[in-house]
Amino acid sequence: MKPVNQKAWFLILPVVICVAFSAILPLMTVVNYSLQDIISPDRRVFVGTEWFKSVMRDDDLQGALIRQITFSLTVLIVQIPLGIALALSMPAKGWQASAVLVLVAISLLIPWNVVGTIWQIYGRTDIGLLGASLSAMGFDYSYTGNATDAWLTVLVMDVWHWTPLVALLCYAGLRAIPDAYYQAAQIDGASKLAVFRYIQLPKLRGVLMIAVLLRFMDSFMIYTEPFVLTGGGPGNATTFLSQYLTQKAVGQFDLGPAAAFSLIYFLIILLLCFILYNWMQRVGTSDKEVSNG
Amino acid sequence: MDERRFRKRTLFLILYLVFAILPVYWMVNMSFKPNTEIVSTFSLWPKHFTLDHYHTIFTDVSWYSGYINSMIYVAMNTVISLLVALPAAYAFSRYSFLGDKHVFFWLLTNRMTPPAVFLLPFFQLYTTLGLMDTHIAVAMAHLVFNVPLAVWILEGFMSGVPREIDETAYIDGYSFPRFFTTIFIPLIKSGVGVAAFFCFMFSWVELLMARTLTSVNAKPIVAVMTRTVSASGMDWGVLAAAGVLTIVPGAIVIWFVRHYIAKGFAMGRV
Amino acid sequence: MFEWMAWTTPVVVFFTCIVLMLIAMTVWEIRSPTVMRKGLLPIATTRGDRLFIGLLTAAYINLLFVALGEKMMAWFGLEQEPSVWISFALSMLLLSIIMKKG
Repeated sequence: MKPVNQKAWFLILPVVICVAFSAILPLMTVVNYSLQDIISPDRRVFVGTEWFKSVMRDDDLQGALIRQITFSLTVLIVQIPLGIALALSMPAKGWQASAVLVLVAISLLIPWNVVGTIWQIYGRTDIGLLGASLSAMGFDYSYTGNATDAWLTVLVMDVWHWTPLVALLCYAGLRAIPDAYYQAAQIDGASKLAVFRYIQLPKLRGVLMIAVLLRFMDSFMIYTEPFVLTGGGPGNATTFLSQYLTQKAVGQFDLGPAAAFSLIYFLIILLLCFILYNWMQRVGTSDKEVSNG
Repeated sequence: MDERRFRKRTLFLILYLVFAILPVYWMVNMSFKPNTEIVSTFSLWPKHFTLDHYHTIFTDVSWYSGYINSMIYVAMNTVISLLVALPAAYAFSRYSFLGDKHVFFWLLTNRMTPPAVFLLPFFQLYTTLGLMDTHIAVAMAHLVFNVPLAVWILEGFMSGVPREIDETAYIDGYSFPRFFTTIFIPLIKSGVGVAAFFCFMFSWVELLMARTLTSVNAKPIVAVMTRTVSASGMDWGVLAAAGVLTIVPGAIVIWFVRHYIAKGFAMGRV
Repeated sequence: MFEWMAWTTPVVVFFTCIVLMLIAMTVWEIRSPTVMRKGLLPIATTRGDRLFIGLLTAAYINLLFVALGEKMMAWFGLEQEPSVWISFALSMLLLSIIMKKG
């Protein structure tokens, strides 16, 4: 148990002030917007729950929400195992380790609008490598025309873009496991699978928690990449929540509805993350009991 | 058996690396092609090799100042994030206090807010403060998602350091600030490196806020790039060249922190 | 200074309540520290956790109520949409149940 010390509040005060300044003030403003019809900065009319009604009864929003949840879950299902596998196969020492680290991390460092642009060209059947190879193999591929293709392209792009984050975190987690554990496992004659299940996975719990939550939150807010790549189309196959929101807030300049939408959006993420956070902590602690007992 | 397993892993790794590198290669490839070649022909390497696009970027002040602006606010953001996150992470890892778990979760919730939500309030806030189009405005705005992450990562590292070290230092008569800066921070050097890398990365690639809060003086490279879309069509070549150049600073940063990542980190309590 | 935040009275009241609630929780915590316990909720919670869960549930109840407004008009043959105060009262009731029994 950690000692109780209320003076520790002084240490977290700078963080609280910083984040409160850039998060609470804007959040309060958004709540204010959501209850008013903002005709111009000086002319505002109080409308009560009007915007919440219109947003909650909007079928397009429900469609976007379902697409969003499907997308985020797929992202987790693909990226987490792939990231772990990648981390397991990355070399541990020497120049190869450094080179592979840098190569793997590159996609993380490309600005999001550039990511979209690269894939826009890369996926074209006439001048892009991916599109050209796919059509050469006989696929009728078109990310601008076919809804499934567009969705898959956004997914593959996200996998390409973000799996390295999971891999880097897991890699660092794996390197922290002392050799003694592996030696003990070898003496016991444990299989590779058992080593993974009872040594590596429990030790990765902390970093996996960060990876899962980060990937979940960020994919839930994905905006720039699909916006540049497909513009939400074809139809609305790749219109995710964030796009829908930005269309409202920036495109139609409907501040009131956009603010109400943002708050609902925030509540959804808050609930999902709260469940995920508690669930992962529970899985983690029960794992601990197994390895202790 | 082990030999075969090793080869399987290496094969997987190579396959992934190919998958990871090809889009980047395509961008590099494009950056050396004239625009007519980019949009008209499919070629695996530039047929008419040109450095024009890079020349444009390095001679046009609005382009290269974009890089400088980005670097300034990213550096500011990283430094501020770490400075405020270090003591907070220490507090979370060492003590329990009133509402500690709730404050921790509250910090995380700030990473969950879609940036689009905050665009207009941020615009209003920084206009009121007279900070629009300054580097510090972007740096402050990016704190919303970087500080929680930095606290989270650092807390994990710090929990891995045995508490006896603190106690011994206090018995030896170290004051908290002196202990923290001369003994503790060197112990979690790699954690600081990793946290700095993540702060750098998320601030470097963020577009929406950086674009909204700047117009001329602090315009970041990600916003300058959107200029390549014009009525006469996209200037793909310059865009690709700019994209290639945005990777360079990040690649340098990861080169510096690679040892910290390779050394590994165990997250203690989560 | 704060005009840009476009304040309205209900929002002022709302945030004042939140702040007062936080202060009250702090005072309560100092007077008699909370104990982790397992109640109706699937996880063991402290008082603060229960407040958070309760508030989140309350928010969702109000949203659902607003979403179902038109349908409820049809179901119960109402002249106009039911008042949001009904859902507010409902959610406060639930909040207190979660605080007590959760």
